[in-house]
Amino acid sequence: MIKIERRDETSNLIYFLTPVLAIFLTLVTGAIIFYLLGFKPLEALKFFFITPISDLYGLSELLVKATPLCLIAIGLSFCFKSNNWNIGAEGQLTFGGIVGGGVALLFYNHEGFYVLPLIILAGAIGGMIFAMIPAILKIYFNTNEILVSLMLVYVSKLLLDYLVVGPWSNPEGFNFPETRQFSESARLPILFEGLRIHAGIFIALFSVFLAWVILFKTYLGFQIKVSGLSLKTAKYAGFKGKTMILLVFMVSGACAGLAGVGEITGPIGQLHRMISPEYGFTAIIVAFLGRLNPIGIVFASLIVALTYLGAETAQIFLQVPKYTGQVFQGMILFFLLASDFLLFFRIKFLGLKKYEY
Amino acid sequence: MNIDINFLGILIGAIMASSVPLILAALGELITERSGVLNLGVEGMMIIGAISGFALMVITDNLFLAIIGSMLSGLLLSFIFGFLTQSLLTNHVATGLALTIFGIGLSAMIGKDFVGIPGKQFPLLFVNLKEAIPFFGPIFFGHSIVFYFAFLLPFGTNYFLKKTKIGLIVRAVGDSPVSAANQGINVLLVRYCCILYGGAMCGLGGAYLSLIYTPQWIENMTAGRGWIALALVVFATWSPLKVLVGAIIFGGITILQLHMQAMGIRIPVQFLSALPYIMTIVVLVIISRDSRKIKLNTPTSLGQIFYKEK
Repeated sequence: MIKIERRDETSNLIYFLTPVLAIFLTLVTGAIIFYLLGFKPLEALKFFFITPISDLYGLSELLVKATPLCLIAIGLSFCFKSNNWNIGAEGQLTFGGIVGGGVALLFYNHEGFYVLPLIILAGAIGGMIFAMIPAILKIYFNTNEILVSLMLVYVSKLLLDYLVVGPWSNPEGFNFPETRQFSESARLPILFEGLRIHAGIFIALFSVFLAWVILFKTYLGFQIKVSGLSLKTAKYAGFKGKTMILLVFMVSGACAGLAGVGEITGPIGQLHRMISPEYGFTAIIVAFLGRLNPIGIVFASLIVALTYLGAETAQIFLQVPKYTGQVFQGMILFFLLASDFLLFFRIKFLGLKKYEY
Repeated sequence: MNIDINFLGILIGAIMASSVPLILAALGELITERSGVLNLGVEGMMIIGAISGFALMVITDNLFLAIIGSMLSGLLLSFIFGFLTQSLLTNHVATGLALTIFGIGLSAMIGKDFVGIPGKQFPLLFVNLKEAIPFFGPIFFGHSIVFYFAFLLPFGTNYFLKKTKIGLIVRAVGDSPVSAANQGINVLLVRYCCILYGGAMCGLGGAYLSLIYTPQWIENMTAGRGWIALALVVFATWSPLKVLVGAIIFGGITILQLHMQAMGIRIPVQFLSALPYIMTIVVLVIISRDSRKIKLNTPTSLGQIFYKEK
């Protein structure tokens, strides 16, 4: 007989080992899916997870993709820790990109040291303001922040589409849905000649550090954690719940906005329809896989970035659609959540004979 | 004048047809939520239903099998969700999100060989009546069997929840799983059934898109309808008949937006396309403002993890 018991305390070792278990199970299931679709499983996995990072260019691409994921996930961890379900980071990223891109276009024929900081600031503020919409509606009208933040994703993407097709489209661009190229001073510096890795990575790393300090070393971080664990306790302790909601949404919106400007001033260099391959949604998985812990998120963003790269390589070599990456992303989250069961419960195998009352 | 009235009839018929996938998915989710489970995987289950229905139609050339298969595939996907949230006690929100991401990816993977294949004409009922009767003809006749099913379903669901014993059990489980369990109700079984039913309905809603509404397979073709269906359940304050009203309003916005574009009204296309999403937010604000009203109808245990010490 099998008996399931609630654990009295969870062990720290299992807490950080379960993500590894989840990744392992994802790989096994991925192999099975590839096999069912008629590919050689090991070869497919190799194309997916090893080929993309077997050279310097690949490693740089990994960091290029991990940068926005890490930034957004850091922001989301503030929301999720305090039980606020912001799942519209993709929209906040897009809106941040729009506002930052607008500033970049204002300065399209200007050069100057002040241009880039202005754009970055504008992007962060744009994302922040966009994230305040679901927060304010939640605070004053009690609306569901999941649905509002998600609907705003579609709104922001359509707005971007309107801008790059209409008023902001490049006058010399033969009606392509894209804006002018940004000026040289509007671009994040490239770190190594010939690679795409850019200075945005420092913004991401700084946000990791800042998040770690806020979450673990300040009273604010303590308040966020307590509100997540028990709203009643937080109220009893006199924490200002409404301010907290607004604050965590602002933080995560600003992070997503930063990720948005990081993309347009980094690898892209202009605005067009596809400024993000759904980084905002994938970052939700990164946040969970990293256990809402800043350091964990750094590792998780690298792993999840690999699924993006892998999907691109597999698209070329195996002719599978680029959405395949999402299958892996979804599975990682499934297995991670499932293996959490081991955290809170223990399975006891009882011999048949012993099972007597 | 006669022609105008007929056009109006066709317009209303089109609005009703475009609301069918929303009705099906929202009513499936409504039952799931009434049992206390919040499944955010609607979009994922719909898109899987859409591709499996279309793929089965192409492979077997049998529309009946395609419809059944789409429901089964939605059900299968919801089983993953059920197993995780009910047996392994995972967080409903995160699991549902994973289901959507997974479903969209898997549908594209399965669907890569089905892009660009033309669909098949789905048999329509009472086609001669549609032409014979002005105005009412195009509204009520010449639709598929799924259409009629979808418009009867709200009444059936309402009856089920209010008048049948099983409906009462579902509501009891959603409002207080602990007392329901103490009454000897198998909470887990009830919730599993409701989750699977929701999955099947979402699968059917997706298949309606790929087999009947726009008979072909396009990557990501549900285009956020699953999320609108979720919003509709809140909009309707968990009442099946209001789901019907809400779905028609949203179908109406979608169709009107298309017609306004066709008529060359000088509003950018993108603003019109954004209307359904903005409307959802506005409606959510109006509905949610009165927190007492929302609380009265919300299944009390919605989204909470239920664990009974055995």
